[in-house]
Amino acid sequence: MSVQAQPLRAYPVIATRPLPLRRVRQLAAKSLFGLAALVSLLTLLPLGFILWITVQTGWETASTLIFRPRVGELLVNTALLEVLTLPPCIVLAVALAWLTERSDVPGARLWSWLAVAPLAIPAFVQSYAWVGVAPGMHGLFAAVFVSVLAYLPFLYLPVAAQLRRLDPAMEDAAASLGLTPWRVFLRVVLPQLRIALCGGSLLIGLHLLAEYGLYAMIRFDTFTTAIVDQFQSSYNGPAANMLAGVLVLSCLGLLGLELLIRGDARYARVGSGAPRPASRRRLGRAGWASMLLPLALSGLALGVPAYALGRWLIAGGSEIWQARELAAAFGETLLYAVGGALATTLAAIPMAWLSVRVPGRLQRILEGCHYYVGALPGVVVALALVTITVRVALPLYQTVATVLLAYGLMFLPRALVGLRAGIAQVPVELERAAIALGRRPVGAILSVTMRLAAPGVAACMALVAMGVTTELTATLMLAPNGTRTLATEFWALTNELDYAAAAPYAALMIALSLPLTALLHAQSRRVAGQ
Amino acid sequence: MTLMPSSLMRAAALALILSGASHAARAADEGITVYNAQHESLTKAWADGFTKETGIKVTIRKGGDTELANQIVQEGAASPADVFVTENSPAMVLVEKAGLFETLPKDVLAQVPANFQPASGRWVGVAARSTVFAYDVRKLKESDLPKSLLDLADAKWKGHWAASPSGADFQAIVGALLELKGETVTAEWLKAMKANSTAYRGNSVAMKAVNAGEVDGAVIYHYYYFGDQAKTGENSGNVRLHYFRNGDPGAFLSTSGAGVLASSKHKEQAEAFVKWMTGKHGQAVLRDGDSFEYAIATGAESNPKLEPIAQLQAPKVEPSKLDSKRVSELMTAAGLL
Repeated sequence: MSVQAQPLRAYPVIATRPLPLRRVRQLAAKSLFGLAALVSLLTLLPLGFILWITVQTGWETASTLIFRPRVGELLVNTALLEVLTLPPCIVLAVALAWLTERSDVPGARLWSWLAVAPLAIPAFVQSYAWVGVAPGMHGLFAAVFVSVLAYLPFLYLPVAAQLRRLDPAMEDAAASLGLTPWRVFLRVVLPQLRIALCGGSLLIGLHLLAEYGLYAMIRFDTFTTAIVDQFQSSYNGPAANMLAGVLVLSCLGLLGLELLIRGDARYARVGSGAPRPASRRRLGRAGWASMLLPLALSGLALGVPAYALGRWLIAGGSEIWQARELAAAFGETLLYAVGGALATTLAAIPMAWLSVRVPGRLQRILEGCHYYVGALPGVVVALALVTITVRVALPLYQTVATVLLAYGLMFLPRALVGLRAGIAQVPVELERAAIALGRRPVGAILSVTMRLAAPGVAACMALVAMGVTTELTATLMLAPNGTRTLATEFWALTNELDYAAAAPYAALMIALSLPLTALLHAQSRRVAGQ
Repeated sequence: MTLMPSSLMRAAALALILSGASHAARAADEGITVYNAQHESLTKAWADGFTKETGIKVTIRKGGDTELANQIVQEGAASPADVFVTENSPAMVLVEKAGLFETLPKDVLAQVPANFQPASGRWVGVAARSTVFAYDVRKLKESDLPKSLLDLADAKWKGHWAASPSGADFQAIVGALLELKGETVTAEWLKAMKANSTAYRGNSVAMKAVNAGEVDGAVIYHYYYFGDQAKTGENSGNVRLHYFRNGDPGAFLSTSGAGVLASSKHKEQAEAFVKWMTGKHGQAVLRDGDSFEYAIATGAESNPKLEPIAQLQAPKVEPSKLDSKRVSELMTAAGLL
């Protein structure tokens, strides 16, 4: 017996055990499911919190706080803001994208850069500039005007990318059937822009709901400004939380509306070969006149802030740059941006991997959790975290960890989108080969897949960092004692009407965001294959 | 891109530790934490002067009066705050009612007259600010001016005056009105205010609007005017101040307060800070600095540019009776919040 057993024992593993690959892979999927579920639980915190506070408040108090004239007023204000801002944004974005992508307007390349550049200017800096230039600006129309200037790039970017990607064969076919160029545009091109238009409009719509600084400065009351007012009058009283509940419902309504309008039509190109690039329409003499549109928009969205900032910077002289606080705020903002970007990206990795590698129903539910939370205004997330940490998790109260958690929740979708695209480009075979060669599954994902997805990862980290740099409300409400970021310092100084001292903070925020904006623009061109 | 995942992870860990460490360092750093609702520049001047003299570090968290007061109440015994400094007294009363203030030492209380502190001795006044009606000289003659704050409820003022209802300053004025005239009058007046007035965010913004001719007048505090006059006058060139006097609610003199939290782990240093603020050097900051708030300690002088405090004919309001909670409820009911 013992003699026979010997050779078996000498090669036990190779000879008898089947390749462990599949089981190991499943294990990896399971542990990542666990992690993604954990993140999803965190994303449900704000929503769960509002439900809990509503139950605690009791229906009677809650309903008197919700169904009162002031809420109706805010609802009308917010709805008008959405209805009046989105259509001009859509028209301008399509016109601008067509000019820069499909016409031979002089300087098309330059205009396309300038169309994206306003992204580098935080919305509240945009309104600071306008209030500085025209001190009387306030109310609905001022709010709509500044919103269009600040948020137009959110629509321009996807629409331009989509226009570049379209197969011109369809347009040729339509033209050959006798349609005039205008009709070709309306009946063939425009319908194909639907997804880009819906996505961009949703993004702008959500920003309109969430923005605080822009509307506070220009004196237009929305739910978000009213929540902050209530917060400042009673910290986290029921009134603030009930307003937050209505705001959340508005956001969810917007998400549903977008889903409805977007539909599920198919837009992919069918057929063999690759589409040829569309030819640019010759504008002839009209080309110079067409330049007026991008020129006017850049002048308003970039020129005015540049002028206003420049004026304050000159008025303040070198003195305003010497403030000790400026350097401190810059350093602190940088740390938060880097920390927030890393934390958010790490939190998004499990979900991103699952959605590419293990699609399924459970994965879709978890992914939905990841996405919805990004639609919540920062003020809602912050309000929830303030109350939870102060009442239940006191050690986390006013810590960097809580601030990073808030950033993570707010910017999770940004990280997820980039990661997904990055991971999707990595062949699964490489990951499996690494596992077969003895890497642990999670190790293989990190060392092979994530490494190859690095460009996508970098881009999404940049996006998150940009969000953190200009974030205001959550930082104001959650940050540890003594924290001063560029955004909070800028806000404090403008509140004391010290516009000159505030200018360097705005300039630094723009300086930090500019390279990230350029990266975004470049990335959108690369995705479109140019 | 050759960023190794392991180095990525290491960088992540490093950043987290770094940001955590900077926070921990801040917390471990002996010194006091001040929850500050006063103007940042004023408290900073106080803190810097105090640190220079005693070597005790001061960390400042900024926020609004009621915001920070409610925050302290929520935090309870776990509050990281050692000292609470406000612009107005209702916020102090809120914390006092929650039983979170330590009684101040006699020598601190003795520096300030009795009418600028509560009978309990739980906190003390550090400065004061007068309610005024700031008006546009191009639009209103002296004979047009309201005799009383209550006159602004009149229909003829519809669309002609402004305030900053979301600010604690204005809420303190409403608190005084509530204390002097009772709930029915106050609720009616707030209702009229919702109909008549324009809401601005911040007193200085309201004054700027008056100066720009957007609105005829605004109920604010006096020092915004003097502060702007001392700088460029850009936001107050067309503005004059109207004092209501005669003990009117509109002549209300609001007491800015400071108190030491019972939960403070640095009580001695915290008390030293309050003593310094109400002492000679702290009050001199009010006289010589650019805050233009009234100095109130016994024997202390205010900035000579100000209307002397004795001539304001402020109504007698016990600072500890101002009820911020009721005020925000009434204002929420009136649709102002």
